[in-house]
Amino acid sequence: MQVTQPQTIIDKLWSAHEILRREDGESLLWVDRHYVHEGSFHAFGKLAERGANVAEPTLTFGVADHYVPTRGSRWSIANPEIARMVRQLEENCAKHGVKLFDVNDPDQGIVHVVGPEQGLTLPGLLIVCGDSHTSTHGALGAYAFGIGASEVAHVLMTQTIWQKKPKRMRVRVDGVTAPGIAAKDIMLAVIVRIGADGATGCAVEFTGSAIRALSIEGRLTLCNMSIEAGARCGVVAPDALSFVYLRDRPYAPTGAEFEQAIEAWSRLITDEGAPFDHEVEFDAASIAPIVTWGTSPQDALPIDATVPDPTRQPDAERAQYVHDALDYMGLVPGKKLTDIAIDRVFIGSCTNARIEDLRAAASVMAGRVSKVPGLVSPGSTLVKRQAEDEGLDRIFRDAGLEWAESGCSMCVGINGDLVAPGERCASTTNRNFRGRQGPGARTHLMSPAMVAAAAVTGHLADVRKLLGTRKP
Amino acid sequence: MERFTTFTAAACPINQKNLNTDQILPARYLKWTRSMGFGKVLFHDLRFDVEGREKPDFPLNKLAWRNCKIVVTARNFGCGSSREAAVYALYDYGVRCIIAPSFGDIFAGNAVQNGLLTAVVTDNEAAEIMASLTQMPDLPLAIDLERQMIVCGNRIYSFTIDPVRRTRLLNGWDDLAFTENYRDRIRTFKASDQSQRPWAVPRKHL
Repeated sequence: MQVTQPQTIIDKLWSAHEILRREDGESLLWVDRHYVHEGSFHAFGKLAERGANVAEPTLTFGVADHYVPTRGSRWSIANPEIARMVRQLEENCAKHGVKLFDVNDPDQGIVHVVGPEQGLTLPGLLIVCGDSHTSTHGALGAYAFGIGASEVAHVLMTQTIWQKKPKRMRVRVDGVTAPGIAAKDIMLAVIVRIGADGATGCAVEFTGSAIRALSIEGRLTLCNMSIEAGARCGVVAPDALSFVYLRDRPYAPTGAEFEQAIEAWSRLITDEGAPFDHEVEFDAASIAPIVTWGTSPQDALPIDATVPDPTRQPDAERAQYVHDALDYMGLVPGKKLTDIAIDRVFIGSCTNARIEDLRAAASVMAGRVSKVPGLVSPGSTLVKRQAEDEGLDRIFRDAGLEWAESGCSMCVGINGDLVAPGERCASTTNRNFRGRQGPGARTHLMSPAMVAAAAVTGHLADVRKLLGTRKP
Repeated sequence: MERFTTFTAAACPINQKNLNTDQILPARYLKWTRSMGFGKVLFHDLRFDVEGREKPDFPLNKLAWRNCKIVVTARNFGCGSSREAAVYALYDYGVRCIIAPSFGDIFAGNAVQNGLLTAVVTDNEAAEIMASLTQMPDLPLAIDLERQMIVCGNRIYSFTIDPVRRTRLLNGWDDLAFTENYRDRIRTFKASDQSQRPWAVPRKHL
């Protein structure tokens, strides 16, 4: 019998897609799914320049999400520049015979919500998209990563991509999280520990009992933000939960083919003793609700902490960094995080706008009133409809928030949903970079339940104190 | 793509870690086509105030560094969003080389596709070069990709870059040219893969 070396899930996914490896170490990989969006126009332009066609239109899917309006008419988009961005994608997809979830498609949404929801994203697939949060799809056991416009053009023309095999990192989270702790808190804790570049050059497998216990939505949040630690991709081994999630999804295999797929997917696990290049371990029980205070996702602390003091940093460079971050964020050292008043909230984005996220926020908000204005943009039109069927929209509206259509919206602000200069926003998104939600905008990242807690109190707040204290 | 050649030019130190692509090119310019000139909005919100006036403290606004072809910076440059237009902005401004201790993976991939060199040095070396430039703003740096060397005054630093990327930059190759050679291999792989993984093809077609 042939003895094979134990392999990680990362090795297995990689070798299943490796068409060839050149002597210099670069591999040509087969791409199973390629998602494109309005921002892919540079790449389609490169095809036009060469008079080239899309090599595999049936493996390519377009989704209108980055620029789509979430308020006002989506049939006749008022802003001509935004209308042009959306139309351009429609034209490029039509020209190349690519299925498009266009702005008015009942299945439209954010590409990283639509892919899993439609069963386009499956375990064992290699998925690319010209968007850094493509790492999201690893939650179902896919090898998924973001690429730039030149690579998008290459994939469009050849259905392949050149890559060098990344290092393998294992992030193990064992134990049971406390009530009120979400996948977002776990991932922020990971980023704080390893840093915004802690996983650069690495593919990361998330494992351990606390990861197994996460819903698919939770795993999607986790893998989504693996890019915020610099990771090439994040992956969770598929399990029974993944198979249940995928069964009967519109584009997933059916019948005997689905059973055959499950057999193959079940082998997508890290073998006992398989080597990783880096390993990090976390105790789930020690993770508290986390919020960011600065201008990088690594600038985060448990909600019961205080704003860091530049004068108490280990070195001058760090002191300067904290000083500058606080200056931008308009915060004073030593202030309790729970004393930070907010101006608005945003619940949305590919990180945290799936049905479970909306339920978590709504459960805190039910019967309460938001002290600040805010926007809720569901991750997809299907999520929106499901939330409405469950009455979640009424909870948000009754609390005083705006219930909008689906799109990238206020996470990146390019559709016009912006946080005003100087305004402070509690947000379920993924990046608290300077100006990310609009020039001068101040973003605090946190879980959906924590955003709801901030909304109803008017300041950053510990959601655990609002659990089970509701008036009848 | 142009071949990368040895050059000597002004180098601008920007001593900030995690300088993400949102800072290099704010999202509101992503609608632009390249012909509109991304160079003029490079580092826009760090370079200009809300009224559009130059911020005098931002290094790129200093006389000595206005026409720099090199940027020297701290760890994790180009992290965040995959926007290739961040590379267009640097390149179209005139920058041909970024020296830093580390880069965001996607950014580094985009850079090589566009002839922009990402030269990796240690944290200490980056800090040292930035300190030299701050002391002597007119000091030009010489970049030699062939020998993977940076000449900074009387100091010589070696830098690392993935050898494949180095070759590509030196020859001005693009990926497509390589891939053309493997058309048959791709076809063969596709056929055998589809029989092994029939479930990998999306069920619902157009």
